[in-house]
Amino acid sequence: MSPTSRFRALRSPGAVELSAIPVVAVEEFRSGVLRAAKAGLRLCALFSRSVEGGTGLCAVLADDARGLLYILFSEPTKVLRSLTPELASAHLFEREIGESSGIEIEGHPWLKSVRKSPADKVVFFRESGAEVHEVAVGPIHAGIIEPGHFRFQCHGETVHHLEIQLGYQHRGVEALFCGGPDRRSVFVAESVSGDTAVGHTLAYCANLESLGGARASLRGEALRAASLELERLANHVGDLGAMSGDVGFLPAAAYFGRLRGEFLNLLMALSGNRYGRGLVRPGGAAFDLTSAMAEDFSARLARARTDMNAISGLLFESASVLGRFDETGVVSRQTARDLGFVGLAARASGLDLDVRRDHPHGLYRFRHIPVVKIDSGDVYARAMLRHLESLRSLDFLEELIADLPRGDACAACSAPRPGLLAVSLVEGWRGEICHVAETGDDGRFRSYRIVDPSFHNWPAVAMAMRGGEISDFPLCNKSFNLSYAGHDL
Amino acid sequence: MIAHAAALLVVPIILVGVVNRTKSCWAGRKGVPLLQAFYDIVRLARKRPVYSSVATVFVKAAPSVVLGTAVVSGLLVPLLGRRTPLSFPFDFVFFAYTWGLGRIFLMLGALDTGSSFEGMGASREATYSALVEPAFFLAAGTLAAASGKSSFAQLLRFRPDDPATAVVWCGCLVALFVLLQVESARIPVDDPSTHLELTMIHEVMVLDHSGPDLAVIQYASAIKMTVCAGLLAALLNPLDAAAGPALFAAANLGLILGAGIVIGTVESLIARLKLRSIPEYIFLAISAAFVALLASTLRRGGLG
Repeated sequence: MSPTSRFRALRSPGAVELSAIPVVAVEEFRSGVLRAAKAGLRLCALFSRSVEGGTGLCAVLADDARGLLYILFSEPTKVLRSLTPELASAHLFEREIGESSGIEIEGHPWLKSVRKSPADKVVFFRESGAEVHEVAVGPIHAGIIEPGHFRFQCHGETVHHLEIQLGYQHRGVEALFCGGPDRRSVFVAESVSGDTAVGHTLAYCANLESLGGARASLRGEALRAASLELERLANHVGDLGAMSGDVGFLPAAAYFGRLRGEFLNLLMALSGNRYGRGLVRPGGAAFDLTSAMAEDFSARLARARTDMNAISGLLFESASVLGRFDETGVVSRQTARDLGFVGLAARASGLDLDVRRDHPHGLYRFRHIPVVKIDSGDVYARAMLRHLESLRSLDFLEELIADLPRGDACAACSAPRPGLLAVSLVEGWRGEICHVAETGDDGRFRSYRIVDPSFHNWPAVAMAMRGGEISDFPLCNKSFNLSYAGHDL
Repeated sequence: MIAHAAALLVVPIILVGVVNRTKSCWAGRKGVPLLQAFYDIVRLARKRPVYSSVATVFVKAAPSVVLGTAVVSGLLVPLLGRRTPLSFPFDFVFFAYTWGLGRIFLMLGALDTGSSFEGMGASREATYSALVEPAFFLAAGTLAAASGKSSFAQLLRFRPDDPATAVVWCGCLVALFVLLQVESARIPVDDPSTHLELTMIHEVMVLDHSGPDLAVIQYASAIKMTVCAGLLAALLNPLDAAAGPALFAAANLGLILGAGIVIGTVESLIARLKLRSIPEYIFLAISAAFVALLASTLRRGGLG
């Protein structure tokens, strides 16, 4: 019996009838997920779903080599024997289930609130000893960033342990979708995480299209891909600037900051909004790129590439910067795989993952972006990867814009059909975005679940700090630049 | 005397402006006004300070002691000419420990707030200032030995006249420049413009100071930087005794502001060091001063 024989297979983005998804007893669900994970599948999402007679569970696992997703439901249950001792990447999902559904998680090593209880009510891991001290940072920070609480256990300058407590940005995003889709839904999707407006809206629209049995227009898909890559470029370049600023390397911080503006301005020219809001809509894209604009885009992208190369040269050839980046905040490949990190953080630790290649959606089915990975897992790897991925995105964009598919930017998208489950994966600039939508008998969303890459990756920040210096924390944190809002939903 | 006092109080504001302007030029920005430090101090001075509920007298005393020690140390250094308001044999020892007194109060004030950040800052400050002290004494002592003089005003008049003394002179310059970077919290040792409390050394110790207290501390830091730059300027001033006092003073002030340009340029071109590597950087100062000491003893025919 193959490890996935109990699961229902699906290609992302796609929908499947709820009745076609196997429902098994909770023990069988547990062993099924563990067996599939042991066979090399990756846990994309694990959440509770209310069904007749109680609360059941749903697991989504990805087979990256075959480009397939596997889905399994469990029967209603009150207790789940924790998967975490055998499958570490389930730890946050189980904490979320324990917090939000009332299912009791048995045997979880550190079961506590993910996002719903304030940090002063949470028990933190604590070291004791005469020379050990504790440092508490946040939720209010020195810079203008989102709130989050960080608790360090230190010995002098060395960090032994970092515990991250988030939840300050919890807005009930998933609940806002329920009963939809309505006029508000697409705007909620755009606000899941402000800097990933394109990524999340893309995942939402892909779900809506598969639920409605519709297809986005090819030109619309191309414009979506262009905006997704522009979002990636703006954020990667902005992060490179922020990392330069954190180590006090001012020229690169200033120039990258300026260059980020160029990419945001391109998004602005395309959609009327610097973060690409209002562009991605069910059926395609709300705005088109005229041929005159396309020529202007190509010229501006070419200039941006020249600048990018010059500034990156400045950054990566400066010995003092390399001294700060090298071997700081190392996350090993083993850790990255065990804890299920995704996207840039995973590729910087040598994992070969990229939704754009493994589960291609939209235009990525026809045009490919080479996946870049670096093995060292340190701040340097995450910085260099941002540079290299930016260059790949520029290549992709230049080719795409010179040869846009013809046709309408937006196709019609019919209303969702009842009784379906749709899953879509999108490679946002941080990594894998996973949206799971379920429609009820009336064709409205019965539940809508979102897994932002930050949800997978926040533990990476804690792992990167172990044994490091506390003064390197801001740099490490910036090298991941995870979303608080995306985690807190 | 009055001119010296005026220079000691005015030049720090301009020097901070020059450093910031240099940095903004390198970054392609217009930058803040040259006198921004002055506006900041005035703005802060008009505010009402806020004290932590656990704070005692140390938090309140620290700013005045820090400013007082900075001003007194400034009276020992020839900012304008050959003379200083205060000068006596081996006054550089007094100089070093005047700074030490200010530092102790700054650290006590930091610990007094009961914040874990400030405790960390105080511990870092203690570590790095303990390391930089030998560099200062080696440099000043070597200059004293090489010039045969004993007060700051005189020993900073030392000029090279053969290869061995050139080594002495250069070694001391390097040591004093590193001293400046450590004592006035500049890149690559500390980053005065960062907002990241976990990476700070000097700034984190004054996080809980507000209003006039903060103004006083910022002013004192600027004075300390000017005093350090004054040491370098006095050692570099190319004019000899024949030049008029006004010309000499102008050259000195020009060199102090020139030091500001060098500081700003260094900050723009290199990143900050890892905290762990800062001792190695300070060791550079100790080594330079030690080489200077060796060269000076060599010139006099050995240690005997």
